[in-house]
Amino acid sequence: MANAHARNILLVQRFGFGLRAGDAESQAGDMRERLLAEIDPKRPPQIHLPMSPSANAVLAEVEEFRTETRRKRDRTQLEDMRKAAEAEGMFGPPMPAPTPGMYGQAVYRDGVDAVIRAACRTPVGLAERLAWFWSNHFAISVSKSTAVRAIAPDYERTAIRPHVFGRFADMLVAVTRHPAMLMFLDQRQSIGPNSRAGQRRARGLNENLAREILELHTTGVDGGYTQGDVTSLARMLTGWTIVGPADEDGDIGTFTFNRNRHEPGPQTLLGRTYPDSGAGQAEAALRDIARHPSTARFIATKLVRHFIADEPPPALVARLAETFRTTDGDLAAVTRALVESAEALAPPTKLRPPLEFIVAALRATSREVGAPALLGPMRALAQVMWQPGGPNGFSDRTSAWLHPEAIKVRMETSAQFARQAQVQVNPSTLLDQVLGPAVSNDTRQAVARAESRAQGIALLLMSPEFQRR
Amino acid sequence: MHCEDPISPSRRRILGGAGAFFAWSMAPRYAFAAGGRDPRFVVVVLRGAMDGMSAVAPVGDPDYVRLRETIALNTGTTTPALPLDSFFALHPAMPNVARLYAARQALALHAVATGYRERSHFDGQDVLESGQPGPGLTRSGWLNRALENLPAGERIEARPVLGVGASAPLIVRGQAPVIGWAPQALPRAGEDLASRLLGLYRHTDPALAEALAKGLDTDRLAMNGGGQAGRGNDPTGMRTIAEGAAKLMRADAGPRIAAVAFEGWDTHANQGGATGQLATRLAGLDGALAAFEQGLGPVWKDTVIAVVTEFGRTAQINGTVGSDHGTGTAMLLVGGAVRGGRVIADWPGLKASQLYQGRDLKPTADVRAVLKGVMIDHLGLSAAILAEKVFPETSGIAPMRDLVG
Repeated sequence: MANAHARNILLVQRFGFGLRAGDAESQAGDMRERLLAEIDPKRPPQIHLPMSPSANAVLAEVEEFRTETRRKRDRTQLEDMRKAAEAEGMFGPPMPAPTPGMYGQAVYRDGVDAVIRAACRTPVGLAERLAWFWSNHFAISVSKSTAVRAIAPDYERTAIRPHVFGRFADMLVAVTRHPAMLMFLDQRQSIGPNSRAGQRRARGLNENLAREILELHTTGVDGGYTQGDVTSLARMLTGWTIVGPADEDGDIGTFTFNRNRHEPGPQTLLGRTYPDSGAGQAEAALRDIARHPSTARFIATKLVRHFIADEPPPALVARLAETFRTTDGDLAAVTRALVESAEALAPPTKLRPPLEFIVAALRATSREVGAPALLGPMRALAQVMWQPGGPNGFSDRTSAWLHPEAIKVRMETSAQFARQAQVQVNPSTLLDQVLGPAVSNDTRQAVARAESRAQGIALLLMSPEFQRR
Repeated sequence: MHCEDPISPSRRRILGGAGAFFAWSMAPRYAFAAGGRDPRFVVVVLRGAMDGMSAVAPVGDPDYVRLRETIALNTGTTTPALPLDSFFALHPAMPNVARLYAARQALALHAVATGYRERSHFDGQDVLESGQPGPGLTRSGWLNRALENLPAGERIEARPVLGVGASAPLIVRGQAPVIGWAPQALPRAGEDLASRLLGLYRHTDPALAEALAKGLDTDRLAMNGGGQAGRGNDPTGMRTIAEGAAKLMRADAGPRIAAVAFEGWDTHANQGGATGQLATRLAGLDGALAAFEQGLGPVWKDTVIAVVTEFGRTAQINGTVGSDHGTGTAMLLVGGAVRGGRVIADWPGLKASQLYQGRDLKPTADVRAVLKGVMIDHLGLSAAILAEKVFPETSGIAPMRDLVG
């Protein structure tokens, strides 16, 4: 019984977000069965984004801020609000006129709220964890621009989440077509040198997206591609862009294929030749790259590194890669193989990355707070949602997070969370609820002997059993 | 989503992100209380069980030095304890309290305890803050219920009670409105938490232990310019909190009742004597009380600050030159309205037979009796309300009168 319980805790922390205090639903049954039950292509993990109906609407809004009509309307509204506040006897600092930056930040926060809320509310959380994994695998960074910031939530909602239990190739294509990626990796500006547009202007090819697709998204840096392959893919991708404010056709901010920018002619990539079929040329190439054996190995390695160990057990990587190949990149099958593996029950060695830790801490203390209260801790812990340092995303390696300053800040964050938690139960009781009977005597005693409830909770949150998974 | 925030979302949007201070500027302007006296009442909760025998040392007790060995205070050394009367001396880290005592604005009570007789911090703090006869009844705090039951139109208006910190401590929670305030930068996690965590990691997770130890070293270097000074728990943080709270309470429209909590009093090992770990905490408390005095300025004369803790510590020091969870302890009343300059104690003695369960200072007075007396004389609450609503089931505990006024 105690063993089964300990196994459940191990699994819910490794593949989910950990137990919610006092929530029987998140603790019932065999955890592996519950994880496997989440793998359902018909039920991809969803987020609700009240503020951003679509990338198109969001980008239209960002563009509209630049018009004079809009500026006038905003000034009037602002003045009305100020008068209303004064009439109520309320005083605040003078409010600045809204800017695209403020709008982008508001939409972004709405998205952060939605993702955190979903993670706090899911009973176990495998589907959410996979959404996080893939969102970080196909990383964008909101520090790129206001527009990218404002459509990051839509990117995760429409390009990542629907495909978490679908085909890898579909996710790859969806990601590469999404305005967020087209803007983030500069594809929007890329022009085929021999295209009509290229012959008119001095500007030309931008290889950024093509290189990152091969290096970071599919085959991996050692996947066997050459500089020639990068250039070929970049040429095939020319013309993949988004409708701009000056364009006559299409909805602003949506994907479009601009034939005038497309490099004409066939291209050769990884030994295969693709005739020029317009937008279909790059898509055919992407679908083939998605099937490449290097991609299977690269994805398998990354999944195992994220969920199991910094140094992935080669046998498990080989099995997952094989599943990836034989199922044509069926991510439901690959995920199932991962969860069902013997290695899934290996003792924890990894540290929860900061965002995962934040959610686990909120769940353990029965709290749900929004982006304004969480962005500070995210910054302090160096993992702000959708804002990694580069296109390679946040590190999947524990060594990246387990360093002196980070652990000290984690302790301070835990102390702050514990003070805010207002937990009414005894921390020792909470320890039993959240970490169960497998907790070491050292941890149990440290929590029981804490000088205050808040200190007891902080010790619980910082205990190796809570930090590791 | 931020369910701890009582301000409605629409208001919050208009007010922006600046929090309590904006909520504050909306408060209606009250007229000064009639008669010119406008009492302020602050409760300082020391979490972790403050060692009353170090704060207010019974240097005149023949058994004191025997029990306290190397950490015993005395009035004749290079860092002498500050004599309060022929029997008690104040810890040398508390010169401001000594000054206020001399000015008859501070008094100490000794061998006091709440009604709680077990030794769990969590339960002990619950009892201290809830004002209930036992643990587990944590729906509201006694300070909130006191505010709720203030006589209408009496000396003090029903204004929000101020709870200082990242979240409202139990003592101020309840039906009456609560206003929260926290310093911009929250105090760092205490060194106490750090050393406990380090101890845990050393037994269980070497990698985390190494990382945390290095992180803390760097932190100390950054804070102390490489020196060893400044160890212990951040006295500056206590002062900052007191300065902020005083500023709010001094304002005409500000709160009149407030609670702050200071952590880090659980001194199980190397608690130190005239200097050391506990001395640093006491210095922080002393500085905070001085900051209240300074910050409250003209209204200091109408102020009472009660300093309380959940229980005391063992009379005898333990094997690690610290003290373990005990029972009786000391409390302080400080403020211009306090009838100070005295130590009030029915001293039970420190011989083995005189100790509670053979180990702790035996309580001879109830913290609630003191607080009830203060609230009658200072805030105008009735003994009946206090015995029924504020500290339920305490009709048998007589209020200790004439401590203020």
